[in-house]
Amino acid sequence: MTKRYACRYAALVSMSSSSLSASGLAEVASSEASLRRFLHGLPGIDAVGLQARAAGLGTRSIKTTAKAYAIDLAISMIDLTTLEGADTPGKVRSLCQKAKNPDPGNPDVPHTAAVCVYPDMVPFAKEALGGAPINVAAVATAFPSGRAGLPVKLADTAEAVAAGADEVDMVIDRGAFLSGRYLEIYELIAEIKKACERPDGTAAHLKVIFETGELVTYDNIRRASWLAMLAGADFIKTSTGKVAVNATPANTLVLMEAVRDFRNATGVQVGVKPAGGIRTTKDAMKYLVMVNEILGDDWLSPDWFRFGASSLLNDLLMQRQKLASGRYSGPDYVTVD
Amino acid sequence: MSEPTTALRLDVYKTYKLFVGGKFPRSESGRVYEVTDRKSGEWLANAPQGTRKDTRDAVSAARKAFGGWSGATAYNRGQILYRAAEMLQGRREQYIAEVALSEGLTAKKAAPLVDAAVDRLVWYAGWTDKVAQIAGNANPVAGPYFNLSTPEPTGVVGVVAPQSGHGFSLLGLVSVLAPVVATGNTAVVALAPGAPLPGLSLGEVLATSDLPGGVVNLISGRTEDIAPTLASHADVNALDLSGVVADEGPASAKSLETAAADTLKRVLRPESASYDWTTAPGTDRLLTFLETKTVWHPMGM
Repeated sequence: MTKRYACRYAALVSMSSSSLSASGLAEVASSEASLRRFLHGLPGIDAVGLQARAAGLGTRSIKTTAKAYAIDLAISMIDLTTLEGADTPGKVRSLCQKAKNPDPGNPDVPHTAAVCVYPDMVPFAKEALGGAPINVAAVATAFPSGRAGLPVKLADTAEAVAAGADEVDMVIDRGAFLSGRYLEIYELIAEIKKACERPDGTAAHLKVIFETGELVTYDNIRRASWLAMLAGADFIKTSTGKVAVNATPANTLVLMEAVRDFRNATGVQVGVKPAGGIRTTKDAMKYLVMVNEILGDDWLSPDWFRFGASSLLNDLLMQRQKLASGRYSGPDYVTVD
Repeated sequence: MSEPTTALRLDVYKTYKLFVGGKFPRSESGRVYEVTDRKSGEWLANAPQGTRKDTRDAVSAARKAFGGWSGATAYNRGQILYRAAEMLQGRREQYIAEVALSEGLTAKKAAPLVDAAVDRLVWYAGWTDKVAQIAGNANPVAGPYFNLSTPEPTGVVGVVAPQSGHGFSLLGLVSVLAPVVATGNTAVVALAPGAPLPGLSLGEVLATSDLPGGVVNLISGRTEDIAPTLASHADVNALDLSGVVADEGPASAKSLETAAADTLKRVLRPESASYDWTTAPGTDRLLTFLETKTVWHPMGM
């Protein structure tokens, strides 16, 4: 970190005690102008340095027992996902079976953290999971484009929560973000957060998806992260998995730095979920190294870090089989999704 | 005024490379080993020393290519193999030189071996759309059903290329490789460590024949690294041990067959070390790496 960068950063962190206290939070979002001033006042990102840092963290070699631990941890962090137009109740049921018992031949394999489906599939997922300690996440708010009116988005969310979703993955309106209507997004997230509340006083966890591939710059990703956290997100998530550029180590690194700084500033811990494009054990372990280095042990659990993935699980299982048997495994030895 | 002189120039040597997934990578290890003239022992070229990791990468490439290749029409596969024969014919002189140096033959004796390799490719190209007729059947069954058996490719086949016998370096390689891919399998080949040059050059022929990347993968290097990796890899469905020469150690037929048994592979046992590869092949190799799919269809409905 250069000295200049460190100085700019110090200003932000010191802001925590003064302007970013509980009362300061509300102040930031009191008007479009103050929100913009705050978000554009965040320190800029050195893109080359960021990519070098992400690439550097991806070079660690993790073998034997550490690898075995990382594989099991990664499996337990997966939001096993199916978000296709062709999803059927049957497909969701088999996905839930896989979430409960990823490798039918080996009961030692941990279950995944959650299954992630469209709202209309939530009842089938709840039923199939029974009492298993696996959450059901539903994507809502006109996923994946986010192009619908507020009432539609609220109804979408309410339907998912009423059907029993434990977590709601919402998308932000990237059009509004890119045209600078930050307050609109702030209010959207806050409204959806309210819609996540259940009659009994509990609430579904809210994950906010930025679609980092469409935000163009790292600075925008940092701004979106702070915006969502200010508005009350429980988790921030990189992508829908539906566009060309999904989670990359560099994008996720921006999110991680944002949640770290947010906790330093406000004391509130927010989770991170990279999603889309993470297909191999090697990729997953790079992310785990980043979590460990940037965020530390506090985030190294399924409660605070998740992988949005579908094919990743099979690769983790194949690597797990390799470690157990010594023989390189193949797709014939895992279930076909 | 100076006398006209012959211009001095440095020879441009060829960098031989592996053929994996349709690309020509150097070995992942960055290592090479010296290949020498069979007769004089002089240095010929540096061949890449393929490692276990290179072999595993090749298996992944072959697995990825399997769906497309096995799903291609037999007609299409035949055309591509025929095209490979055309390309090989076009580079006849180069192969004659490489075969002569690899096997310690004169160019005159190597020429018919290269011609035979071209002919063998054409022969197997012709078999692609006929193998179902000899390996498939309409079975008479005691019930009101049509019962039809058709051959299906086994999957990824690991091949240990011939290391000895008349014509082993090119003709022998083509004779073991062509039947594997003709029926829709994909192949990972451990080339003969002492004579890999014709095989490595064959990759260039295959790459210009519209063969989809990954259908054939050619690895040069120590057989005791490559063959056991293929034998123990769960994602390899069958093993052709034609070129195995070691009597003991990890690259011996016994130890490879033992490793293959752990993952239920189909295994073709080694050829004799003095096998004459110009012998007419017959259909045995074609029919070895096939599975039979049988369909029952009700009649009179």
